[in-house]
Amino acid sequence: MSSELIHRLHFAFTITFHYLFPQLTMGLGLLIVILKSVALKKQSAEWNHAARFWGKIFAINFVFGVVTGIPMEFEFGTNWARFSNVSGGVIGQPLAMEGVFSFFLESAFLGLFLYGEKRISQTMHWFASLMVFLGSWISGFFIIVTDAWMQHPVAYERMADGKFEVLSFWQLLLNPWGLLQYAHNMTGAVVTGSFVMAAVGAFYLLEGRQIQYGRMFVKVGVIAGTVASIVIIFPTGDLHGKYVARHQPTAIAAMEGLFRSTSGAGIVLMGQPNEETGEIDNPLVVNNVLSFLIYGTTKAEVQGLDRVPREDWPNALPLLYYAYHIMAGLGTWFVLVMVVSAFLLWRGRLYSARWALWAVLLSFPLPYIANTAGWMTAELGRQPWLIYGLMRTSEGYSSTVSASNGLFTLIGFMGLYTLLGLLFTVLIYNEISHGPGERPAVKEAISAD
Amino acid sequence: MMGLIWFWLVAVMIVGYVVLDGFDLGVGVLHLFLVRTEAERRATLSSIGPVWDGNEVWLLAGGGTLYFAFPTLYASAFSGFYLPLMIVLWLLILRGVSVELRNHIEVGVWRSLLDGLFGVSSLLLTIFFGAALANVIRGVPLQADGYFFLPLWTNWKPGVHPGILDWYTVIGGLVALVALTLHGALWITIKTSNELCRRAQRIVTPLWFVLLALTIASLIATVNVRPQTLDNYFMHPFTFIIPVGVVASLAGVWIFNGKLQSIRAFLCSCLYLFFMLAGACWGLYPTLLPASTGPDRDITLSRALSGPHTLSVGLVWWTFGMLLAVGYFVFVYSRFKGKVDLQPGKH
Repeated sequence: MSSELIHRLHFAFTITFHYLFPQLTMGLGLLIVILKSVALKKQSAEWNHAARFWGKIFAINFVFGVVTGIPMEFEFGTNWARFSNVSGGVIGQPLAMEGVFSFFLESAFLGLFLYGEKRISQTMHWFASLMVFLGSWISGFFIIVTDAWMQHPVAYERMADGKFEVLSFWQLLLNPWGLLQYAHNMTGAVVTGSFVMAAVGAFYLLEGRQIQYGRMFVKVGVIAGTVASIVIIFPTGDLHGKYVARHQPTAIAAMEGLFRSTSGAGIVLMGQPNEETGEIDNPLVVNNVLSFLIYGTTKAEVQGLDRVPREDWPNALPLLYYAYHIMAGLGTWFVLVMVVSAFLLWRGRLYSARWALWAVLLSFPLPYIANTAGWMTAELGRQPWLIYGLMRTSEGYSSTVSASNGLFTLIGFMGLYTLLGLLFTVLIYNEISHGPGERPAVKEAISAD
Repeated sequence: MMGLIWFWLVAVMIVGYVVLDGFDLGVGVLHLFLVRTEAERRATLSSIGPVWDGNEVWLLAGGGTLYFAFPTLYASAFSGFYLPLMIVLWLLILRGVSVELRNHIEVGVWRSLLDGLFGVSSLLLTIFFGAALANVIRGVPLQADGYFFLPLWTNWKPGVHPGILDWYTVIGGLVALVALTLHGALWITIKTSNELCRRAQRIVTPLWFVLLALTIASLIATVNVRPQTLDNYFMHPFTFIIPVGVVASLAGVWIFNGKLQSIRAFLCSCLYLFFMLAGACWGLYPTLLPASTGPDRDITLSRALSGPHTLSVGLVWWTFGMLLAVGYFVFVYSRFKGKVDLQPGKH
């Protein structure tokens, strides 16, 4: 296998595993603030228990997010040295800002939120939860800014030695691509958080225990999930898609499987892209919809892959196509499940509608798949570029790190992450089995004089 | 000028990391030997529980700062130290998971396993960090294109083609191990009471003697391996205050620990780490990564630096952000000040 492929897989594998955790903590961070706010407003012990229970789930996810996140910051240098050398002046900036502005905030206040409840007032505890939420969302912002610059480089110049230099700090941070991607991505995190919360609630209700908490979790999860499932499609997904179409027409063409430029292009609901023939095999197409979605008129011409030379096509085209279709298909399912559940909730029938609770419960892995597929769409769509239009992926990996060394550490990570995954499952299973409000937290057993 | 500023800012972040994460790494090493009961172990781990993660953030923030201020150094060093860095990553993962999750597990054997893992990963990390610094001082076989790749070891001698581990870097690793274990012991004396506190206090004495011997050995070895280290000192003789500071702070640790003034002893240990690192940085300046293959291949400050606009904008947000960060740290440490309780607790 080539070094380039190994280094790509190395980064792709470690970041895919990593992002399973932050997508929950970012979504849950918001929901915990909501639980904590209600607790404070109602002076309710029950809502406080709920916040503490989700705090524990958050904490476990946070630990896994932190330990799997550290490798990401290292891998820019270890596996992508040539890229880092030229781009450090630009993307090193948001990455360093993530550490300085987000991680310090997040770690400080999470410690306070988890271990310090007895040492501070309830208002202060609420404030700590707010800071943890903010920290995690700021962290997400800087990562998106980094990725957005690779997708859509702005505000840079190239110096004599080939390095990129920032021309405008604010233009870098407020890259329109980044703002749209941020809105879409964070909504995705809220989808994950709400589905998980609703699913845990549904589990308790189906089990017939922790009933009051089961209802609370289903209610909060379904309300937040309904809003997020709609917002992720419209306006965030819609706007982001239009922006991609304008600036990365090749990526859109590949995502949609549009080999030939077409006026009144249809949308492919199903079918397999065939790179050899340049056709979609077994297609199920709705006419004119793609043109309408991108340009707002059914007649507009959408640029196909035929407009660009073959070497500039995304080099994992079928994977990109399927990732995008999986994301979009699941997004539709989320709206369906959540809107139906919200309707039942409004009519007061959700807590006893076992079929709906089952649907909510079984749906919890799907947002993880959709978020992962969404990121695959974004990053595979950028190929064959590492920095879009400026630097190819083949020019960026560490040339001194051989394919076999890369493979060795990739396998090492796979083994270690398998163990982490098992450990994570056991711990989460334990917490959910114990449920909220039943036992004092072990950590609280130790307190200062 | 920008180069000078950012050199010392990155150095400050490294010192911040070593001083802060240093004590929780040391506690990780020590708890293997020091504690006798589950309650003591819990007290020991609670003394770092709310803060270790924040301490480790200094490594990430420092790494990020290095990345954006000196991208050439970051790219060359991280890919060249590929193998040891991957091991460091695995150790950081195991360590973080084991310390955080022990309290979520109620089976004694699994807990003991996680405690052992936490101790061993902490111990290996201190050695790796010390060896890493020694590698930077000794120099690496930089090629003409500014990159290199180091094997884990070659013939155990510093030379043109050294490995990560040779006799010199092993000394560096041992200095870090002992210095941070001592640092951790002093933290325990601050944060715990009774028998455990006294035991931590007693263990400082042997550690102190070993550290003194290793410090002297490492200083001699450094001058031996890289004689140019002293150039900056002779050019600006007042900077010999740094080695004087090393000796004085080490003496301070001894004196204050003997008088049972734990906080002062701990602060002296912080100063010791500061002077050791500052001494190394000053010995290197303005080189960032010396080449064993000839001084013309050294990665120097001017060669590694980012563009001027990047750096001046960075200075604004860095200052602002770090002031905030220091604020959080003061706040959190003040919330958790005082000794942790040794009561068996409710659970």
